Amino acid sequence: MAKITFDGIEVEVEDGTTILQAARKIGGNVVPPAMCYYGPLKGSGGKCRVCLVKVTQGSTRDPRPMPKLVASCITQVQDGMVVENTTNEDVLNARKGIVEMLLINHPLDCPICDQAGECSLQDLSYEHGVSATRYEEERRIFNKVDLGPYIQLHMTRCILCYRCVYTADQITEKRVHGVLGRGDAAEIGTYIENVIDNDFSGNVIDVCPVGALTDKTWRFKNRVWFTKPLDAHRDCPTCSGKVTLWNRGETVLRVTARKDQYNEVEEFICNTCRFDKKEMSDWTIEGPRHIDRQSVISANHYELPVINVPIVPNLPVSTKKNLPQE
Amino acid sequence: MGLKILTEHINVPGIEKLEVYRKHGGYRSVEKALKTMTPEEVVEEVKTAGLRGRGGAGFPAGMKWSFLAKPEGVPRYLVCNADESEPGTFKDRYFMEKTPHSLIEGMITSSYALGANTSFIYIRGELMFILRILEKAIAEAYAAGLLGKNILGSGYDLDLHVAPGGGAYICGEETALLESLEGKRGNPRNKPPFPAVKGLFASPTVVNNVETISSVPWIVNNTGAEYANVGIGRSTGTKLISASGNINNPGVYEIELGVPVEEFIYSDEYCGGIWKGKELKAVVPGGSSVPILPKDLILKTAAGEQRLMSYESLSDGGFVSGSMLGSGAFIVFDEDQCIVRNTWNYSRFYHHESCGQCSPCREGTGWMEKVLHRIEYGHGHPQDIDLLVSVAKQIEGNTICPLGDAAAWPVAAAIRHFREEFEWHIKHPKEATAPGAVYRGQLATVTA
Repeated sequence: MAKITFDGIEVEVEDGTTILQAARKIGGNVVPPAMCYYGPLKGSGGKCRVCLVKVTQGSTRDPRPMPKLVASCITQVQDGMVVENTTNEDVLNARKGIVEMLLINHPLDCPICDQAGECSLQDLSYEHGVSATRYEEERRIFNKVDLGPYIQLHMTRCILCYRCVYTADQITEKRVHGVLGRGDAAEIGTYIENVIDNDFSGNVIDVCPVGALTDKTWRFKNRVWFTKPLDAHRDCPTCSGKVTLWNRGETVLRVTARKDQYNEVEEFICNTCRFDKKEMSDWTIEGPRHIDRQSVISANHYELPVINVPIVPNLPVSTKKNLPQE
Repeated sequence: MGLKILTEHINVPGIEKLEVYRKHGGYRSVEKALKTMTPEEVVEEVKTAGLRGRGGAGFPAGMKWSFLAKPEGVPRYLVCNADESEPGTFKDRYFMEKTPHSLIEGMITSSYALGANTSFIYIRGELMFILRILEKAIAEAYAAGLLGKNILGSGYDLDLHVAPGGGAYICGEETALLESLEGKRGNPRNKPPFPAVKGLFASPTVVNNVETISSVPWIVNNTGAEYANVGIGRSTGTKLISASGNINNPGVYEIELGVPVEEFIYSDEYCGGIWKGKELKAVVPGGSSVPILPKDLILKTAAGEQRLMSYESLSDGGFVSGSMLGSGAFIVFDEDQCIVRNTWNYSRFYHHESCGQCSPCREGTGWMEKVLHRIEYGHGHPQDIDLLVSVAKQIEGNTICPLGDAAAWPVAAAIRHFREEFEWHIKHPKEATAPGAVYRGQLATVTA
């Protein structure tokens, strides 16, 4: 076991845990953001650099500070480590700089993006971004790539987190897409036009932190904050069948895996569940799902019991009396 | 003429052939090391010699070797980094082309010291003709029993392979090189784990520059203490310098570390002065990634001492008034060279060569290049200079590998020392974009 101090809060974690995981054990606002690290995917992390933290004391044995800011998602804790995140000016400035870098070539088409409302980059920009850009050059654009009937790729929105590459490597049998080119011309693609076609390919949509990979069956159907998330399951022969349905009324608009507050899926689901089962009768409803990641969806609180709220606010007093008080 | 450790016989005709090379004392170190020394003794000698990595970082080679993890039953690898692609550097290319056996001898001795039974030379893809030279030399060495099973009857086996890269600059970074050698996309790895623990094929690996490895035979032959006598202070031995730019005699020079910079530029033995008798403007002393220094700071340090060609002296004053020896690419600029254009050119290179893995480097290198392009072509704004400084600062130190730093340093340094020239470009776009126009104001203050 290793004891570390993170932003002044002491926490004890297993040896070999990363700083980010230790911070998540504390929870709350001190947790560094993560755009490329994804718990269920081995080898992910270290690329986006938004989780940088300052290690002011390496360990009890070697109390020297680490010379550079380190990526908390891949740096393992040492006993006696002292880490500063939100309490360190350098960290916040570096993060601000990196968010700016992530945004300079991003199209900022949130109004027409299906990911808006549950986008990690959107959250990050609200927290660490600035309102004006210093970038006046032309933004980078890519040619359109068709990945088949289910997955929509918008390369211009991609931040190259490599999550979808790891997903295809680790949970599907054969990866057909990858990163081509280098530098800011690097793109996700299949090189020769190809369809990502296997039972678990749809999971690349869930792991994508931005709107680069979206669900074609849900495309432009609705804004995510107007939908009602419900936990549901079905007896699926290929996967666990535990999903979240995103409904508008009785219509199932979208099916996704269940994600925790850090956007990490609990269990990957198969394409049949995700794309083909869009009837309420396909599913056993467990109840409303509380969305507790930082997102506009969590503001809706669908999961709270619906109290008898006055629909017409200015009813005569005599009528109002019978209503339960909030 | 100073002592020549690497290039003593480089101009002997036929030195690329094994018999000629042996006639001039070649492969003596292999015999000495394999027959009379233990691997630990060779490592000790290299440590005593104080040999520092010649690839750019200047990390002590003996120290690097002693960090190599030695778990039972796991192979260890030595990889020679011949992916020399830093703009301005051409020493390894020249060296391997002329005397391939020196490198092979170094590889055998070093592999023996590290206990590696398979070693690789990772060579830049553009240098295909040198790959052929090396392969020919390796075949000769195999035929002579210097490679393969039971080398010279000592019971030590070594297989040496040459692998070409695809010509990406990033594959000169050691972990990207290993990825590339494994057949993957050349993306640098996150560290730790360091290659000494988990490198090539997840086994302990040492990656060294061509020049570092080729210095080992001399150390074995003449002892490390002797090598430590050469050079100055902690910069021991000799260094190959690729001199280029506006000088009379560009080329590769082997110098004893500690030669004064002024002597190196103006002496006929080396660069032979500035081309056409022009005035010196600036020098990039260690390859395009290191900070550029104006005339007054390259000849003398900020404290007024003479600047020497050594790791310590060139980095005297930190980045405020110093630079680095780096890989020894000495690029000289005369008074007619435009610093803005040159900085833009370097920036363009790093933009093109960024691997695109981590965000600050992927986006920042392109941003800097575009802003510099704008300034150079007369469309700059006054706030652009501060913007560049700020972008460079956002990249520096926040990336996975040193390419981000390498892209940020030259821009930051050019603005630090030549800010007036940038301002002139922005304020007088018409004059600045005229053909052959160069800002001369700064030069006057330097010479005064």
